[in-house]
Amino acid sequence: MCIDGNEAAARVAYALSEVIAIYPITPASPMGEHADDWAAAKKPNLWGLTPDVVEMQSEAGAAGALHGALQKGAFGTTFTSSQGLLLMIPNMFKIAGELTPTVIHVAARTIATHALSIFGDHSDVMHARTTGWAILAASSVQEAHDFAVISHVATLQSRVPFLHFFDGFRTSHEINKIDVVSDDDLRAFVSDDDLLEFRARGLTPDRPVLRGTAQNPDAFFQAREACNPYYDRVPGIVAETMKSFGERTGRHYDLVEYRGAPDAERVVVLMGSGVGAAEEAVDHLVAEGEPVGLLKVRLYRPFPADRIVAALPPSVRSVVVLDRTKEPGALGEPLYLDIVAALSESMDAVHPPFERIPRVIGGRYGLSSKEFTPAMVAATLNELKSERPKRHFTVGIHDDVSHLSLPVEATVLERPAGEVQAMFFGLGADGTVGANKSSVKIIGENTDLWAQGYFVYDSKKSGSVTVSHLRFGPEPIRSSYLIEEADFVACHQFGLLERMKVLDRAGQGSLFLLNSSYGPNEVWTHLPYSVRQQIVAKDIDLWVIDAYKVARESELGGRINTVMQTCFFHLSGVLPSPEAIGHIKDSVEETYGKRGRTIVERNFAAVDRSIAELARVDTPSTAGAEVSLRSLIPEDAPDFVTRVTARLMAGEGDLLPVSAFPVDGTFPLGTAKYEKRSIAKEIPIWDPDICIDCGKCAIVCPHATIRMKIYEPGFLDDAPSSFKTKDFRSKDVLNHKLTIQVAPDDCTGCGVCVDVCPAKSKTETRRKAINMEPVAPNMEAERVGWDFFLDIPEIDRDLVAHSSIKGSQVLEPLFEFSGACAGCGETPYIKLVTQLFGDRVVVANATGCSSIYGANLPTTPWTVNREGRGPAWSNSLFEDNAEFGLGMRLGMEAQRDQARLLLGQLASEVGESLSSSILDAPQESEAQIRDQRERVAQLKALLRDSDNSTARHLLRLADELVRKGVWIIGGDGWAYDIGFGGLDHVLSTGRNVNVLVLDTEVYSNTGGQASKSTPRGAVAKFASSGKGSSKKDLGAIARAYGNVYVAQISMGANDVQTTKALLEADAWPGPSLVIAYSTCIAHGIDMSKSMSHQKDAVKSGYWPLYRFQPSEERSQPFKLDSRKPSISVKEFVSTEARFAILNRTDPERAERLAKLAQADVDERWHYYEQLAAMERSVPHEPDPAIEPEVESDAGYRYDEGGSR
Amino acid sequence: MTALSTTYLGMDLRSPIVASAGPTTSNPDEAAELDRAGVGAIVLPSLFEEEILHEEVQLNSALEAGSEHFAEALDYFPAVDRFESTSDRYLLLVETTKAKVEVPVIGSLNASSPGGWVRYAKLIEQAGADALELNLYRLAANPALGAAAIEDLDCRLVEEIDSSLSIPLAVKISPFYSSLANFVLRLVAAGANGLVLFNRFYQPDIDIDSREVVPRINLSEPWELRLPVRWIAILRPLLDNAVSLAATTGVHSGSDVAKALLSGADVAMMTSALLRNGPSYIERVERELSDWMNDKGYESVSELRGSVSYAATEDPSAFERANYLKTLHSWTAP
Repeated sequence: MCIDGNEAAARVAYALSEVIAIYPITPASPMGEHADDWAAAKKPNLWGLTPDVVEMQSEAGAAGALHGALQKGAFGTTFTSSQGLLLMIPNMFKIAGELTPTVIHVAARTIATHALSIFGDHSDVMHARTTGWAILAASSVQEAHDFAVISHVATLQSRVPFLHFFDGFRTSHEINKIDVVSDDDLRAFVSDDDLLEFRARGLTPDRPVLRGTAQNPDAFFQAREACNPYYDRVPGIVAETMKSFGERTGRHYDLVEYRGAPDAERVVVLMGSGVGAAEEAVDHLVAEGEPVGLLKVRLYRPFPADRIVAALPPSVRSVVVLDRTKEPGALGEPLYLDIVAALSESMDAVHPPFERIPRVIGGRYGLSSKEFTPAMVAATLNELKSERPKRHFTVGIHDDVSHLSLPVEATVLERPAGEVQAMFFGLGADGTVGANKSSVKIIGENTDLWAQGYFVYDSKKSGSVTVSHLRFGPEPIRSSYLIEEADFVACHQFGLLERMKVLDRAGQGSLFLLNSSYGPNEVWTHLPYSVRQQIVAKDIDLWVIDAYKVARESELGGRINTVMQTCFFHLSGVLPSPEAIGHIKDSVEETYGKRGRTIVERNFAAVDRSIAELARVDTPSTAGAEVSLRSLIPEDAPDFVTRVTARLMAGEGDLLPVSAFPVDGTFPLGTAKYEKRSIAKEIPIWDPDICIDCGKCAIVCPHATIRMKIYEPGFLDDAPSSFKTKDFRSKDVLNHKLTIQVAPDDCTGCGVCVDVCPAKSKTETRRKAINMEPVAPNMEAERVGWDFFLDIPEIDRDLVAHSSIKGSQVLEPLFEFSGACAGCGETPYIKLVTQLFGDRVVVANATGCSSIYGANLPTTPWTVNREGRGPAWSNSLFEDNAEFGLGMRLGMEAQRDQARLLLGQLASEVGESLSSSILDAPQESEAQIRDQRERVAQLKALLRDSDNSTARHLLRLADELVRKGVWIIGGDGWAYDIGFGGLDHVLSTGRNVNVLVLDTEVYSNTGGQASKSTPRGAVAKFASSGKGSSKKDLGAIARAYGNVYVAQISMGANDVQTTKALLEADAWPGPSLVIAYSTCIAHGIDMSKSMSHQKDAVKSGYWPLYRFQPSEERSQPFKLDSRKPSISVKEFVSTEARFAILNRTDPERAERLAKLAQADVDERWHYYEQLAAMERSVPHEPDPAIEPEVESDAGYRYDEGGSR
Repeated sequence: MTALSTTYLGMDLRSPIVASAGPTTSNPDEAAELDRAGVGAIVLPSLFEEEILHEEVQLNSALEAGSEHFAEALDYFPAVDRFESTSDRYLLLVETTKAKVEVPVIGSLNASSPGGWVRYAKLIEQAGADALELNLYRLAANPALGAAAIEDLDCRLVEEIDSSLSIPLAVKISPFYSSLANFVLRLVAAGANGLVLFNRFYQPDIDIDSREVVPRINLSEPWELRLPVRWIAILRPLLDNAVSLAATTGVHSGSDVAKALLSGADVAMMTSALLRNGPSYIERVERELSDWMNDKGYESVSELRGSVSYAATEDPSAFERANYLKTLHSWTAP
């Protein structure tokens, strides 16, 4: 069977559990998703019952629920990673302290430090090593499966809970051919006695006990030591379990395993997926006669010191220990320290195992899935040869700061005979990865060959590039690193040839399959020079196919997966072509068959046509004329962008040295504009003759690639001839011109702007003021237009009404060109916030989609205006964003207060008049804020040359005298679930923070798991059978405080109300909560109609628009801004796959939930209508930044805020 | 045999009032109500192949959207073992309705591909339908396709489906054929056991505010019955007695049913009136029909059927062009 590490572990966990508490976190989410899918399909566990799979509000919740289930005597498990594991730690201590058997399966992932990383290392599991859990490390997909079994069996026997881990992505997402343990085998491994004993310890009023006491100094210590014998037994139990496992399955493991020369002098020690690379390196070196070996650590806790010592050959002179984690400030990383201690203790024996204690050095490798290759292993063993090896080092990077890194020589190992290595470059949208996953399964499951697939994605959600690494061979494949020398390279997108070094890893004489609209006779001259050079130098055999033509003619749109897959099999010869085609068709049937015949038949047609369209290119013997590529970034780009960002963009990040990076994770803004991805096939083209200046196209643009500027006609003097303009129609701004311009290289081609454009041609109604047109014929003119457009100065912000759409849309956005999905419903809100207040906000951003498209390297869409001001942005965690933002607000106020105090003290020096005008200045409007900025500039000029300490402090803080705001931004996963407690608390403080909830009603970033915002009847992951409960009314909870400004908005339904709500939220001097309906790819909709869906959501009453505006006066604070529902909920939801799926999987339940969903809406509407008539008043104090109150000599009375 | 019984597509029906394809017959519970109210047979709504196609393509693209783009979210929906497609649901409707009613259940099909017609016709038969109504619902908007070619295509289709089915086959057509009588005879020759006259197209409308084409659904009015009545009257004498004729569009009352039968129909089909008045309305229509029959002394449907057809009426030309002239001539300026 060919599956990935997550599925391999989850299968076992599911079979051996009754209660599974889950919470999504990359890269462990698929384990929970599998469990939920299986439970929804009523798949039984080993004892014939479907496990209860329950999604919790956080990992802390999952651990708590697991703890409870275990205490009741039910078999339970959970899956997690990284921060999620950290949130489980408090309960893990409890579970272990109570000697409760269970297993947590961990896809080990980096813990966020200077940056978040979703990739793999051991920093999370190492953090759990003090919890008292046994820790078992799997190093491959097969082991992730086998060790899951061993963990579940050993925990029951030992009573010590097990943390079973494997490396995130490298193992969790690698597909490999494995043998699956049968249910019969599982039954044989799990002892009935252990099960019954565990059950007997469960809490029951029939045999009541007390567990979880508080103990005092007289008792705790002794009681804590009472568990020791249980820990002492663990290694023996695991070893025994491994032994019986080996006897039954033929797969033999041990707590630690030695491999290499029996008389090795140098040994490398490590655990996890790096073992694969280390095995290859050591085998290679041993074959070359080097006295080296490898010690694989399987059981890490309880640490089997004796067995480690016993496993090492007595000949060992030195040991290098590799840790996949970093513990700053420690003497060394954990495994290193453990090995040092183990060897040191061993020498106290009567008969010491070694003549002389081996020298031990330790190093870090592979943090955040940094590549770890056999060459790097060889480098570490090589270091041991040195007289004075580096005691502590790093490998795999170039450290030019602390000079800790080891040099690595390029060693390409001799490949196992018969192994085929293939690489595929594609786009997320073209189905390349899916096809490759299918190819791995076809080969792995239908032949004797072993197969491995690993997939690398970039950090973008639109137009993302994927690289697939596939290996096939007669021997099991343990290579836990990317392909270094491919026999076969396929490039599924011609455009990637310019962006990526597609042939860098192509081997001599390899095959190159290219999807090209140019035929075999014309393609050569269209290839980039570097590609031609490599083809010639490496004697590469080039084949082309116009896969898009085949796909188009087979009505498959942009999905070229089966076409390219067919060509791969045909050319690679891994399987005879007719046989391969049969398997491809079976695979198509399996993938698409359940969705109906149409897609199956279209794919069959594509498969049948593919080979005939494939053509070999007769390549010349020389590369031909050299043509230089368009430079990646402009010459005048900032230094950091040139030095660092551009290299990351070019895929050369691995080559950057330590010194290239900021020491504290701080990066410059405004870099997304340098990442010209040119991914759109069609872009919107403006027709000024039809345009009515409404600004709707600009406000909805998710990537800020449709811009609107108004300017005086004089700016057109040097305009290029193709630059389009029209008279701006306005009562307030006279004699101005208007241009709406697309950024052609940044547009994703989502089409949302065209969907919302209300202006139609009089003679041909399908033509609007903005129309999608093919990119090629328009690119040049639009590039010229965009460059010119950028040079036109921004309009004076006072000239336009910010509350109107056309007014807000001529304001400069300070959030542009993000990597969000095409048609993203979230980003237009963020962009609008930056247009309205961008130069005076600090943003606290919860982890999630918005933190990823907002700040995933290489670039960021957050940017600055011409004065260099812009949103200062930071992300703390997923769960604490509201608190993080509140802290920012507190810091801001403290600095402001300090500045006011200092200014009061320096009043006589800077002049009473300036001082009081600053301290007394109202800052309600933007004009007032700008005036204050000018006064502060004067103040700073006066202070600049002063040596006075007070003056220097004031100079540093003076800008804080200008009003600023905090925006706390995050998704529903944060606001409704994991961060709700914090959000609720922050709202309760009465402090002046603005919260923007980008409500997609689902955990978008991790792939669509249900949140408490998910509506009734929607199908989501963790709610496979349709969410049964109704959506939480977050706004109602916030409104209950009375002094919180609350608005529910939907840009597609009412952009004016959206803008008004954001302005009011900013103006309200207490907490504000704005809940924004955000259409998402996880809704299963046509994203080009994103805004139309938003409109229908409001029309049906599903998403009522309102603003709750607290006031000191008795008034009606609740304003219902949307009209009475005019369409049914059914009519709205029928166009969204998230609801439609249930209709097709469980129509009866769908019908039942649909009725309830309508009832939910009717009920809420009725309630809201009554609320609209309700009168309320709320006492509150003003924010001195907005309405200052002057008193005392400090010139300032401290504002205590709402309810402190 | 009651006075109201009739024969349609070779099936004995207890009443000539048949519930035509429409929302009422899409709900098995309402179908059961129709049955209790005394309906003669039930025609299920049409299975549209285009709809199946559309649904499959849409669902597939929704499930594929965003998949394998991004390391954190390799897809956005849970794995689902099997989706119930439009055709699955339709076949289930056939089965459920069949189980809930006594009277014959007639499936209805509108396909768009040659393979689709036969595939789904067979599936409907297998699901237990007593007969199949082919809904030749199309607009001849392709200028490259002449009238003869269209008629040839339709006839071939009927032939093909007839040869693959063992249940009776009715063909529902629109009035927009240039030589209807000729065409109907060809359809019968191709294997149609009966004709349903006429299909009623939903006409699109234009919203003058948004300047968009919008679908509008208007229920039929009794005056619309005149067109089918005319053609049934003309066709009845041309066809073998075994070939059934059904009048549909504009049947709203017992007297409308009477008109249909008088012109030569074996059954009269209702949709709009049922939507307006609910399934039990059948009882009232039936009562009206019986009362009228009693009044006129008719003892059976077969007795009255076709008694005012082209062949039987005193003035057959009234059904032809003369009708138009006469209507005009009878009009006098006020």
